[in-house]
Amino acid sequence: MSEPINVQIRYFASIREALGSGEGLSLAAGARVADVRDALIARSDDHARVLARGRAVRMALNQTLCDETASVPDGGEIAFFPPVTGG
Amino acid sequence: MPSPRTRIQTRDFDLSAEVAALREGDGGVGAVVSFIGTVRDRSAGVGIAGMELEHYPGMTEKAIEAMIDEAQRRFDIRAVRVVHRVGALAPRDQIVLVAVASAHRGQAFEACEFLMDYLKTQAPFWKKEHTPEGAHWVDARVADDAALRRWGIDAGNATE
Repeated sequence: MSEPINVQIRYFASIREALGSGEGLSLAAGARVADVRDALIARSDDHARVLARGRAVRMALNQTLCDETASVPDGGEIAFFPPVTGG
Repeated sequence: MPSPRTRIQTRDFDLSAEVAALREGDGGVGAVVSFIGTVRDRSAGVGIAGMELEHYPGMTEKAIEAMIDEAQRRFDIRAVRVVHRVGALAPRDQIVLVAVASAHRGQAFEACEFLMDYLKTQAPFWKKEHTPEGAHWVDARVADDAALRRWGIDAGNATE
């Protein structure tokens, strides 16, 4: 059994309003962003609602846009947010 | 010390000062194209009292720097400046400036449009509009994804 990894979760815009600005999470080494999303969805009804698959949720790993297949390093920062609307 | 290419700030910006800084010390500049985005006073027929602009500090700068690097690979341009405001904004306020300097106008026009298309769908900013009926987050536009696709890039923002 390898040691679990710890990551920092960040939320923005409508997702931040529902879940707060962020939280910590521990998960098994070798996890992908999909596993992070699954673990968060299991945390509460609010998490399950705003992070549900099929909703427009964008993700970033260490401040670069990513998809759910991205591998998560120990100490990584994973952000969840709605489609961007700047400019 | 050269001015930074990217600035995220709450305060307003001055186009003349930005263009002067962009051209400073480079006699090879023969064209400057700039785009300014501003806050409309109406959205889908509803009056806008103001808006709040949120961003992802750190990622925002990283995303914009990467898009400027990409513009410099694609186009023959000499200097770029991107300024984006965050925080509370009122109708008619300036939101964003993209300015590009080049030797001849064609490359500056194209690079400026490329940069705006990229910024609209890839930089982590979110607008919340305040109206008499309450506040709501602005929806991403499919047309903005289509605009980036013209440059051969799949935005994946408003659409999967």
